[in-house]
Amino acid sequence: MNRVAAVLSRVGRLLPAYAVLYIGFLYLPILLLPLFSFNDSKVLGFPLTGFTTKWYAGLAEQTALFSALKNSLFVAVVSAVVATSLGTLISRAISKHRYPLRRTSQTIVMAPLVMPEIIIAISLLIVFLGIGLGTTLFTVILAHSLLTIPFCVSIMTSAFGQFDDALEEAAVDLGETSWGALRRVTLPVVAPGIISCLLISFTVSFDEFILAFFLSGNSPTLPVYIWSQVRFPAKLPNVIALGSLLILVSILFLLAAERFRRRSERFTTQAE
Amino acid sequence: MDHKIAVNIANVSKSFGSFQAVRDVNLQLRQGEFFSLLGPSGCGKSTLLRMIAGFEDPSEGAIAIDGLPMEGTDANHRPTNMVFQSYAIFPHLNVEENIIFGLARSGLSRAEKREKASDMLSKVGLEGLGRRGAHELSGGQRQRVALARALVLEPKVLLLDEPMSALDKKLREQMQMELRALQRSVGITFLMVTHDQHEAMTISDRCGVMFEGRLAQVATPHELYQKPNTKQVADFIGGMNFFDGSIKANGGEKLDVELPWFGQVSVDAHGVSDGVGLPVTIGLRPERVHVGSRRPDGADVAVPARVIDRAFYGETIHYYLELEGRADPLIASVTNFERADHFEVGDPVWSGFRGGAAVALPRK
Amino acid sequence: MTLDKNARLGLLLATPTTLYVLLLIAAPVGMTIAYSFWTQDFVDVTRDFTWTNYREVFSDPLYRTLIFRSVRIAAMVTLLTVLLAYPVAYHIAFNVRKNKAMWLFLVTIPFWTSYLLRVFSWKLILAQNGVVNSTLLWLGVIDTPIDALLYNSEAVIVTLAHAWAPFAILPIFVSLEKIDRSFLEAAKDLGEGPVRSFLRVTLPLSIPGIIGASMIIFIPTVGDYVTPALVGGSDGAMVANMIQVQFGKANNWPLGAALALSAVVCVTAAACCLVLGLKLIERSLK
Repeated sequence: MNRVAAVLSRVGRLLPAYAVLYIGFLYLPILLLPLFSFNDSKVLGFPLTGFTTKWYAGLAEQTALFSALKNSLFVAVVSAVVATSLGTLISRAISKHRYPLRRTSQTIVMAPLVMPEIIIAISLLIVFLGIGLGTTLFTVILAHSLLTIPFCVSIMTSAFGQFDDALEEAAVDLGETSWGALRRVTLPVVAPGIISCLLISFTVSFDEFILAFFLSGNSPTLPVYIWSQVRFPAKLPNVIALGSLLILVSILFLLAAERFRRRSERFTTQAE
Repeated sequence: MDHKIAVNIANVSKSFGSFQAVRDVNLQLRQGEFFSLLGPSGCGKSTLLRMIAGFEDPSEGAIAIDGLPMEGTDANHRPTNMVFQSYAIFPHLNVEENIIFGLARSGLSRAEKREKASDMLSKVGLEGLGRRGAHELSGGQRQRVALARALVLEPKVLLLDEPMSALDKKLREQMQMELRALQRSVGITFLMVTHDQHEAMTISDRCGVMFEGRLAQVATPHELYQKPNTKQVADFIGGMNFFDGSIKANGGEKLDVELPWFGQVSVDAHGVSDGVGLPVTIGLRPERVHVGSRRPDGADVAVPARVIDRAFYGETIHYYLELEGRADPLIASVTNFERADHFEVGDPVWSGFRGGAAVALPRK
Repeated sequence: MTLDKNARLGLLLATPTTLYVLLLIAAPVGMTIAYSFWTQDFVDVTRDFTWTNYREVFSDPLYRTLIFRSVRIAAMVTLLTVLLAYPVAYHIAFNVRKNKAMWLFLVTIPFWTSYLLRVFSWKLILAQNGVVNSTLLWLGVIDTPIDALLYNSEAVIVTLAHAWAPFAILPIFVSLEKIDRSFLEAAKDLGEGPVRSFLRVTLPLSIPGIIGASMIIFIPTVGDYVTPALVGGSDGAMVANMIQVQFGKANNWPLGAALALSAVVCVTAAACCLVLGLKLIERSLK
């Protein structure tokens, strides 16, 4: 046992180094893409040949890409608004109201999180085609909203949960109507949470592939477009450049969402 | 003495489903007084407060403020304003914006509102802090902002829901005095709800004690302490020793009572009208119990006892005295004089009291 | 049933969202189950109840292999991810004093980027002329590029182990963080060495976190499409790829539905075994 203990304790000392290496491993793929996007070579491997921005410049000429980008933006914005609205409504109900089947409704709206995406994809495909909706951006919006509602519910139940009930009563006591209290007190205080929902839903929708793949039909979103380009080695560097941009945007949105989520917490918890 | 009535609560009851929170309460608050509603948690005092504010409607009865019936008037239109237990300071607004929040529909210009706010800030001792953010305020400061915010609207009655419960002890004592001074300077009726009887007694003109939805007694703090209406009230306001005895004679003002251990003693009848032979409970405050090494001179009755425990409170010492055969110890509170006798646990002592110091309590 | 104002408003607020989710899940899944019992001939779907599809799924070795391979890969991914992630979660829980939240946030950042792009990046890393090979060639460690890095189960396993990392770190971290430090101090007081106190206190108490992480990773992985499609080749193909084919070129939706549902049943069964196994380990360590 002593030999084992000695070995394990030496291993224990390596722990910080391991943790750092592991985290580096986690970032490896997303750092590699930007790296190669500036490399002057059609071959994606070491050694690097030279710095260039031509792959980025080349993106401007791809009309199909812009069309896909527009589709992605449209879908992401609309599904973010839908998911945030629906998520906020039910979060308010769950946090502040006692109604029958409250726990059940909460479980139901969190369900999309635990379902395998392939099942959601084929099921929606079957139903949408069955009722004649076809496969359009509209169907993708329905699917993406479904997917991101649980995120919004999670964020907003937390925001409302920490929201002091007395704040709304105080506003009414001071002369406001119920709507006035909502507008002047509640919404501003939970606004950071709402913004966080919008940003996260947007990001998830913008990057989402499987549901869009099954449901977007003739109007591909950006990830579906990228998928279609993967077969062509000649186009790879352009795809990498595009991918790098997307990674950057996603991370920026995430950082912004986190900032708003923290601000939301600061607003509501200190009302205690 | 003619008092103008600020709030008239007539036969008010409130039920939530099958639970009766408030039962048939009758109460009149006088213009300009500081009134406290006192009672243990769940006694209905907060519900009563909320009905006056307009957040709940009475199931029965009526509330009138300044003579005007309040039925059908929503909370936002009533001439009352409330300081909430958590203070409910709007976190997204600064101090000044919080204070002028209720003035939004007043038609005042921005400059007029700011002037009122700054006036109020001086009154509550927060001059110059108008630009402070809500999250930068200490507990005591938040309370003051809540007060300023409510008072700037010049309500007829200011309602306070356990305003001190969020503060630590030292701050609480300081704020109690400040609150009292503020009320005197503003001159309007204050109605405070609290479960802390010490706090209520210290700053109120009158207190109303509630148990289980009913108003048990309304009186000045002095009266409540000296002449509690019932055993429940007596026990709630400070500590009290209780003895069960039987009436030997009822002289209207005075009652002759036969007590175990002490024998016959004449006490304040305090409205007890029962006749000879009926049982009665006598209440005796700890500080009226004499403790000494010899039989006390000034006492009407005295018995030997033994010290079984003692508690040191700085200004006073509490002695727990065992009377032979009595289950509960007799509690005596003695001021901690240098020259007074100090007793140890186990010491034999004499204990007694003057009849006038004890009070009869009506049996409920 | 009479409801008070609060309850009525609550119902009003909650109904739209609940209905939305219910309709988009219940009806579609119901239809999928129905489809699995029908048959399709080119464009025509015959709605007569039949077990044909299920029989085909369980008797045809192609489909059986796919399902079992998917379960096997998912199990390997779970094992690998949890093993690699545990020390990191341990480090953050026990060694990091301030800024734990920052470490956890750092760990999750990569996973807010497109999954598709990350898998594609792995394809580049493992390709014949990709990063690993060209680096090894350049360093002179090998003479010819290694073929076997890509287009097989192993590539799928490695890629997925990367993709699921934060989903392992977070639950394990939470259960480690919850451990009452006074237990460990008590163990130290009683003379237990760090290894023994790990094995006898920390590890057993972190098993709920391990179970949580395993469920989060194992169940969705069985149904993954993108990774096997990009880096799995034919040896690493998983059931989702075949399901997609049935809904695409092969145009046999009922079979696809049956395949999907069979996979779900197998995964659930396997997951139960996994949880039971982990709980047995937990009991034996106590």
